[in-house]
Amino acid sequence: MQTNEQVLPLPSLDIAVPGCQEDEYELVYHKPSTLVEVNMHYCPGCAHSLVHKLLMEVVEDMNIQDKTIGIAPVGCSVFAYDYMNIDMQEAAHGRAAAVATAVKRLMPEKYVFTYQGDGDLASIGIAETLHAINRGENILIVFMNNAVYGMTSGQMAPTTLTGMKTTTTPNGRETSLSGYPIKIAELMAVLPGSFYVSRQTVHNAAAVRKTKKALEKAIKYQDLNKGTCLVEIIGNCPSNWKMTPTESSKFIEEEMIKTFPVGDIKLPKAEDLKTKLEEN
Amino acid sequence: MLIFSYDICNSLNDKACIMENNASNNIPAKERKVKGRVEIDIQKCKGCELCISSCKENALSLSDTINIKGYRYIVANNDSCNGCINCALVCPDAVITVYRTHPKKKPVDITPTDIKAQFQTMISSSK
Amino acid sequence: MTEAKLMKGNEALAEAAIQAGCDAYFGYPITPQSEVLEYLAREMPKHGRLVMQAESEVASINMVYGAAGAGFRSMTSSSSPGISLMQEGISYLAGAELPCLIVNVNRAGPGLGTIQPGQGDYFQSVKGGGHGDYKMIVLAPASVQEMADFVFLGFDLADKYRNPVLILSDGAIGQMMEKVVFKPYTNPQVDKSAWATTGKPTTRERNYITSLFIQPERMEVHNLKLEEKFKRIRENEVRFEEINTADAEYIFVAYGLSARICQKTMDLAREKGIKVGLLRPICVYPYPYKRLEELASQVKCMISVELNSGQMVEDVQLAVKGKVPVEFIGKMGGLLFTPEEILQQLEKLIQQYHAN
Repeated sequence: MQTNEQVLPLPSLDIAVPGCQEDEYELVYHKPSTLVEVNMHYCPGCAHSLVHKLLMEVVEDMNIQDKTIGIAPVGCSVFAYDYMNIDMQEAAHGRAAAVATAVKRLMPEKYVFTYQGDGDLASIGIAETLHAINRGENILIVFMNNAVYGMTSGQMAPTTLTGMKTTTTPNGRETSLSGYPIKIAELMAVLPGSFYVSRQTVHNAAAVRKTKKALEKAIKYQDLNKGTCLVEIIGNCPSNWKMTPTESSKFIEEEMIKTFPVGDIKLPKAEDLKTKLEEN
Repeated sequence: MLIFSYDICNSLNDKACIMENNASNNIPAKERKVKGRVEIDIQKCKGCELCISSCKENALSLSDTINIKGYRYIVANNDSCNGCINCALVCPDAVITVYRTHPKKKPVDITPTDIKAQFQTMISSSK
Repeated sequence: MTEAKLMKGNEALAEAAIQAGCDAYFGYPITPQSEVLEYLAREMPKHGRLVMQAESEVASINMVYGAAGAGFRSMTSSSSPGISLMQEGISYLAGAELPCLIVNVNRAGPGLGTIQPGQGDYFQSVKGGGHGDYKMIVLAPASVQEMADFVFLGFDLADKYRNPVLILSDGAIGQMMEKVVFKPYTNPQVDKSAWATTGKPTTRERNYITSLFIQPERMEVHNLKLEEKFKRIRENEVRFEEINTADAEYIFVAYGLSARICQKTMDLAREKGIKVGLLRPICVYPYPYKRLEELASQVKCMISVELNSGQMVEDVQLAVKGKVPVEFIGKMGGLLFTPEEILQQLEKLIQQYHAN
């Protein structure tokens, strides 16, 4: 619809002439330009595409597209480099934290993040993850926790809930055989090398806002050079949970959060924040 | 009543503009200070319905037709939209663009001049 | 510095890394090569470069991947069991076409084995220890001088072909002390901006480093591209040394430490009037098949001498294409043969051939 900007004076009659009015709309939300213009292959309702979007919004807002390097995992988000319009490296399964270590140490002025799923970070990659955080590598680790192995079609993950059915725990996860769901955020927050550790979800609009804030903070903290930021995001996997996306959001709210409490697990101390952020 | 059609949408760059949804969801437009409008990239929409649960105004629903990928996509009743951007936030595929009026700005008169002239004639002749 | 220094093999390698402009070294201690990590941990920071002791060899090779992907000269070193751990990373490096230098100070195995030298990693190095169709250029030093020289050569070849390069050394050469001269070197500073992940400016598309090509048609294109590269390597990078082969009736084929011992054996044999020569591959990949085939027509037999159960002997057999018998003299367990031992075995072989 064309908007005729010119405001015409009404004719002078004792009866007002009915007319059309166009409200002036402003653009308040659009897809970030830092996402590549392609369809994302993720299942309908998948948290991966949502978090890709949030990360790229942060990159766009902070105008750091030319300074950001992401490390993609092996898993459903192995194709992250097809969607995020930044320089990226595809790491071997579980090794993203080691790859990111080298990239950040050699280019400390760049913003480096890893993006990993539960198998990648908490199973095969747990040593690399733990040691990178123990060294206080000045990177952001984005940990997508959806309690299953998505790409390989739904096997148990280290974060699978007790009693949860997966293709390798058809009768529900038994702790005597398979152990307990690992709480990565709490585990890593103990390490002195971790600077900011938070667990968030993206199952409703309010949670999405909080997650974006957490990611934004975590990226900005790289300027301080004070340690690793870990943001664990409880995401859904509608396909392997055998639920609709709406049901999966409910599952997060009702079940996942019971095992994985949401919130800031470790916040930086006030004096660590004073130096650079005050100037911003 | 505008009935949205896949073919028409194609010619409008695949963006769903202002449209009404199905009769069962007919909600009268409310008087608002702030009005919203969403545009949905229906070819990219996967019909996951997460936006529907996030909308407090019940402005969104699933279409009856399917897009090129075979998904039912989201259609919006922009009369009910208040521009809160909740739907766009939760959309995993970033297919929603949101516009909103500014509460302080006045609406603009867009009546074409010839229509005004016609009205003038009609009113003065009816006297 | 062009004056000769007396250095241990591992340390000469480490010093060469610094002089070759290595930006980052990542390693994990393992006998018999921990001196590389220790020397670099002490010296590299003085030049403002990065050295990290990683938590494992797995982490080391993946750190090399990250550094190489960002366009930096990076290397790692380990010994046999650690190199086994790195195989996944090496396959990824080759698949993603990342230049880097890897050093294997071979010890006897399999398994945990012993810390004494061996050459049992030949197959792993040249036939591809990691999964998939790829090759590495493999340089086999036989002296402390070559431990140093091959670092410069290795980095240059890696950058030239965008491929990992392996220096296949062993525990003896790593530990022995010899004279070494560091020749002046200029880093060619290959431009990697077209593909390295340094942050996407508006002037170019994003760079991404990957070895994943999920559509088979694309994977095939990539495989063919790699094969074309390995073909060029086979055509251009064959390196070997020949000693006394002109009139030889028997030729030792040996690399690294075995070649050193064979050299002495050759001297002893020549004193006795036995016309034996030595062909020492300097690169064991690409292998000097052509030269061996040429030499096959003039000898009674070729003898592969290795500190293993018989690995390179297969390549010698392939090279001569059945024209001439190929024998094998081996030693395992981390033990070394003496020149006299090899001479004895050679004389036994010669008796056999005279008898026939």
